[in-house]
Amino acid sequence: MADLDLPLRQGFAPDAGISQALPDDIPITLTINGERRELHVRPWTTLLDLLREDLSLYGTKKGCDHGQCGSCTVLIDGQRMNSCLALAVTKDGCEVTTIEGLAAPDGTLHPMQEAFIEHDAFQCGYCTPGQICSAVGLLKEGHARTPEEIREMMSGNICRCGAYTNIVDAIEDVMAKEGAK
Amino acid sequence: MNRFSIARPGSVAEAVREVTTHPAAKFIAGGTNLVDLMKYDVERPTHVVDLSRLPGLNTIEETGEGGLRLGALVSNTAAAYDERVKERYPLLSSALLAGATPQLRNAATMGGNLLQRTRCYYFYDAATPCNKRQPGTGCPAKDGVNRIHAILGTSEHCIATHPSDMCVALAALEAVVKVAGPQGERSIPMADFHRLPGNMPEKDTNLHGDEIILAIELPEPRFGKNHTYLKLRDRLSYAFALVSVAAALEMDGEKVVEARIALGGVAHKPWRVPEAEEMLRGKAAGREAFSAVADRILQGAQGYGGNSFKIELAHRAIIRALSQAAAGTPQSQTDKRIQ
Ligand SMILES: Cc1cc2nc3c(=O)[nH]c(=O)nc-3n(C[C@H](O)[C@H](O)[C@H](O)COP(=O)(O)OP(=O)(O)OC[C@H]3O[C@@H](n4cnc5c(N)ncnc54)[C@H](O)[C@@H]3O)c2cc1C
Ligand code: SF4
Ligand code: FES
Ligand code: FES
Repeated sequence: MADLDLPLRQGFAPDAGISQALPDDIPITLTINGERRELHVRPWTTLLDLLREDLSLYGTKKGCDHGQCGSCTVLIDGQRMNSCLALAVTKDGCEVTTIEGLAAPDGTLHPMQEAFIEHDAFQCGYCTPGQICSAVGLLKEGHARTPEEIREMMSGNICRCGAYTNIVDAIEDVMAKEGAK
Repeated sequence: MNRFSIARPGSVAEAVREVTTHPAAKFIAGGTNLVDLMKYDVERPTHVVDLSRLPGLNTIEETGEGGLRLGALVSNTAAAYDERVKERYPLLSSALLAGATPQLRNAATMGGNLLQRTRCYYFYDAATPCNKRQPGTGCPAKDGVNRIHAILGTSEHCIATHPSDMCVALAALEAVVKVAGPQGERSIPMADFHRLPGNMPEKDTNLHGDEIILAIELPEPRFGKNHTYLKLRDRLSYAFALVSVAAALEMDGEKVVEARIALGGVAHKPWRVPEAEEMLRGKAAGREAFSAVADRILQGAQGYGGNSFKIELAHRAIIRALSQAAAGTPQSQTDKRIQ
């Protein structure tokens, strides 16, 4: 049964997209945090809504829903992107890493997560999953070295609490440790 | 967002067929502009054609004539950091890195960047009139809030700007856009790609609705040393240009042999005035010559209140950019202090 007039699903129907394939739904495969998932998505579902509303991965946050804040940042095939502006169907076959997928299977935190705690790099924490995913992406890109470059390359993540100084410190710290290895 | 069907073609021909057979179809590449506008009900396609699976459009190749061909699906990040682009077209690399943020550039494509739409507040607000969004309804920006609007090439129907940084560099570099449609392939020089609003502000470009962008071709490099992309905005990063200048010079000692100057944030398209560039030929680089060029480029500029400051700002930006280019000290996109 097509539901062309229904508003976008919000909140209370976890996994609905997976268990009931509506005629409009498109089968896609995503590897999310290392786990391969066969999913059925509606064409207009963004990756952010898929993660939060269908897969109950609430770590990735919706701030603006328009690419203007960075709180929805995830890693797609290792590259940081705004999940609010990506239609899930267009990411068929991709690997997605969210904040939930950064720690090791035994629960050991990712060095960037450790550094954020160590440096007190958040207050309310709303922007933090996006900041951390973005920082992990930044490290992998390898274009930022100085604090100035880190600031510029982290400008896609807004923090309303203004934890910026400590965020830069945390990233610098991880960078220094990685460099020392 | 309105409901739509989706197609995921595996070839360019199939992609073109999808848009010719569906009247209200739209291509989607990175989605960073289209999805944003769909969420505001500004764009309401009933059929969306995903280009991400098309083969051959995601590479950067030599043209055989000394230039580079950047596939339409190459990301803004991949183009900006490509060694050949950095080495031969540093102006383009710099302009790309001045735009948006790393995570947006990772998703944004060359083709999508060319076709990104204006950031005019009224265009974005489906509850207000706007000739570009809904032809014939009027242009509230002219007498409204217009800090980000155009000072050159406006019409009574629309005073919007094209917001891209990349396109300003492409205009200065005289790139060519390669497109394909039901009638085959054609080439559109950057100067003719975007258009002025005139009495059809709903049309941003001269691309036909059933045409797909295949690539951007850059001619043989000429301005490897003396260039700059100077972008002035309300905050230092993650903001569109109020005024930007791409300047590229070929120098012989202190003398200018050849100049290319394009402005962003001031018009419905990257703004170039070839006669102004001519004025610099054989002239000694310096404030006097640069100021005369700025006068010529801004001839006929008109402010609408909120954006009137742009006329003086653009004048100064042109002089500063030409000085940076002549000195071979391009603007850093990290250290935003303007030298
Ligand atoms: C918050 C924010 C800040 C930004 N800041 C800047 C900035 O400072 N400077 C700047 O320059 N840009 C900026 N951008 C804009 C960004 O550069 C564009 O959104 C991006 O380049 C669009 O590329 P895309 O691949 O995502 O396009 P999409 O959103 O996928 O498509 C855009 C349009 O192009 C069409 N299209 C795409 N590919 C093709 C093709 N191959 N053939 C035919 N049609 C095609 C689509 O149909 C659509 O109409 C910003 C964007 C956001 C959201
Ligand atoms: S300037 Fe153009 S886009 Fe903005 S309201 Fe006027 S017609 Fe619409
Ligand atoms: S929610 Fe995606 S950028 Fe703000
Ligand atoms: S910690 Fe509150 S928004 Fe960043």
